[in-house]
Amino acid sequence: MYPEELKYTKEHEWLRLEDGRLARVGVTHYAQHQLGDVVFVELPAAGDAVSAGQSIAVVESVKSVSDIYAPVSGRIVEVNSALEDQPELINEDPYGRGWIAVIEMDDPGQADGLLTAAEYKAHIGEA
Amino acid sequence: MRETVPLLFESGAPGRRGFRFAPCDVPEIPLEEALPPESLRREPAPLPELSEVEVIRHYVRLSRRNYAVDVGIYPLGSCTMKYNPKAGEEAASLPGFRRLHPYQPEESVQGALELMYHLERFLCEIAGLHRATLTPAAGAHGELLGLMLIRAYHESRGEGHRSEILIPDSAHGTNPASAAMCGYRVVEIPSDARGGMDLEEVKRKAGPNTAGLMLTNPNTLGLFDENIAAIAQVVHDAGGLLYYDGANANAILGISRPGDMGFDIVHFNLHKTFSTPHGGGGPGAGPVAVTQELARFLPVPTVERRPDGTFYLERHRPEAVGRIRSFYGNFGVLVRAYAYIRALGPDGLRRVSEHAVLHANYLLARLSPYFDLPYPRRCMHEFVLSGRRQKERGVRTVDVAKRLLDYGIHAPTIYFPLIVDEAIMIEPTETEPLEALDALADALIAIAKEAEEDPETVRTAPHTTPVGRLDETRAARHPVLRWRPPGDGGPASV
Repeated sequence: MYPEELKYTKEHEWLRLEDGRLARVGVTHYAQHQLGDVVFVELPAAGDAVSAGQSIAVVESVKSVSDIYAPVSGRIVEVNSALEDQPELINEDPYGRGWIAVIEMDDPGQADGLLTAAEYKAHIGEA
Repeated sequence: MRETVPLLFESGAPGRRGFRFAPCDVPEIPLEEALPPESLRREPAPLPELSEVEVIRHYVRLSRRNYAVDVGIYPLGSCTMKYNPKAGEEAASLPGFRRLHPYQPEESVQGALELMYHLERFLCEIAGLHRATLTPAAGAHGELLGLMLIRAYHESRGEGHRSEILIPDSAHGTNPASAAMCGYRVVEIPSDARGGMDLEEVKRKAGPNTAGLMLTNPNTLGLFDENIAAIAQVVHDAGGLLYYDGANANAILGISRPGDMGFDIVHFNLHKTFSTPHGGGGPGAGPVAVTQELARFLPVPTVERRPDGTFYLERHRPEAVGRIRSFYGNFGVLVRAYAYIRALGPDGLRRVSEHAVLHANYLLARLSPYFDLPYPRRCMHEFVLSGRRQKERGVRTVDVAKRLLDYGIHAPTIYFPLIVDEAIMIEPTETEPLEALDALADALIAIAKEAEEDPETVRTAPHTTPVGRLDETRAARHPVLRWRPPGDGGPASV
C-alpha cells in the first residue's frame, strides 16, 4: 500500500526520485480511498514554477474537491494528461499510471525532509 | 413505485394535439412567401405530440415522486429547510406587488418602497447594525458584496494593500470562494478541540495584511464560538473587519446580534432564516447589513424617506461600490420575508430560534448513543455526527443517507463540514412537530441497528424509491446532459 522507496507528505502526496533532479508526484492509496471515485483532475501546465506547499492540481471526486500540493519546489516538466480522460487511474493505480506531475527540483536535497513510508503509515494511523 | 415515467419525447403519437385552433378568418399566406428560404426549416422540428391529458398525467406523476418540506421533515444541515407559511405566498401574490414593473414611476410604487424601507430597518435591528442593502440575490452574492465593502473601506483609508481574509477550516465553501473571487488570499484558521476557531492561530495570523475575517456563528458544527469577543478584538486591533456569514442566523434571532458580537458586516439568507421558499436554484435574497462607518459604501440604489413621508430610490451616492444587480433585488422574496417578520414579531422570532435549538438538541440527545459525536457539546440549531462507528461495519455515511430514503425521509447533509470524518449534519428546524422529529430519530436508530445486524441492506439502499442507487461516478465522468433522438449521435435515452 505504501511503497518503501517513495517519500510522503502529511497531505497525502507521494514523491518518487527519478534521474537527476526529477521527482514524480501523485497521491497515496490512503488519499484515493478517502476521496472515493475520482471524476475530474485539473492539472498544472508544464513549465509552471512551483514552491513546496503550493497547490499544483485539483482532484474532484463524487464526494469532494481537494487541492494537491507540491511536495518540493521546482518547475513542472511533465503532467499526466491521461488523467483528463481517465481520472479513475488515480483510484486504480495511484503509484503507477495515476501519477500527476513530474517536478524538476530546485534542490534535490528537499526530498530528504519528507516522510518515510513508516512515518507516513504512523501519520495515517496504519503503522 | 418502481415504474418509469417516459419522457414527453417518448410519449404520444404523430398527429396528437392538446388544442385546436378556430378556423382562420383571414386569408392564409404560405410560409414560403412570408419568410426567405434560409429561414425555413428543411424538415419539421421533432417535437413531442401529445394530448392534454397525457401532458397533465406526465407532470402529475412526476410531482408525486417529489419530496418537499410540504411532504415531510427535510433535515438538510446548513440549509434551514423550514416550512414556509402560505401567508407569505398570499402576500407576495397581492396584485399590487405581483404586477409591479421595475420601470414604474416612483410615486406609483410607494407601497413597495415603504416595505423595502421597513424591511431594511427590521434586518438592521436583528443584526445589531446600522444600514442594509436588500439587493444581493443570494447568500454568496451577499458575501461577495461584503468583501467588496471591506476592500472599499481599506482603500478609503489608504490601506488597499491588505490582501488576506482569515477563514476557519469549518467554513461554508462559499466563504473562501467569495474571498478568492474578490481577489483576496485565503488564510485558513484551524478549529480547536471544542470546535471553535483556534484563538491562538487567529492571533498568530492576524496582522498588517489582514483585510478581514469571515465567520459563521454558530459555525457549521452547530456550535457557538465562545471566543467571538476575543476574536473580534484581535482582528479589529490588527486593522481588519469582521464579516458574519448569516447562513446560520436561525439559531440566534432575538437572542444575540452579530453587531453586538463585534461584526461589521452581516448577510442574511432571507430564503433560509426568514422563510422564503428555497432549494432548486432560488430565487433567494442575501441582504447585507453594515455598521454606520461602512454605510456610505453600500451599493446603489438605497431606499430613503423624505421629510414629507414619501419614499424614493437614492442613486447618487459617491462612495458606493456601485450597482451589484439589476433593479432592486428579488422583490417577491423581500415581500415574503417582510410578511414573516411582521407575522411573528420580536417575540415570535425569538421563539423561532429557541425552538430550532431545542429541536436540534432533542434529536442530538436521542441519536448520540448510536452515532459518534466528534465535538461532545450542546448544539445550537444543528449538529454534526460522525458515521465512524458504522464505517467499521463497512457501512458508510452515504449508505445511511440512502437508507433513510427507504423510511420516507429526506437525507441530512453528508460529508460536510470537511473536518468531520463521515459527517452527518442534521438541522431539523423549528417548524417540525415532535412526531416528525421522532420519526427521523427512530429511522436513524433503526438504520444504526441494521448497520450492525444486516449491513448489506444498508449498503445497497435505497430499495423502495423509483430508482435505486445511482452510479454517481459514471454520471460525473460521462454526463448525458440532454436527450437525443435515437440515431442522433448520443445514447438513445439514458
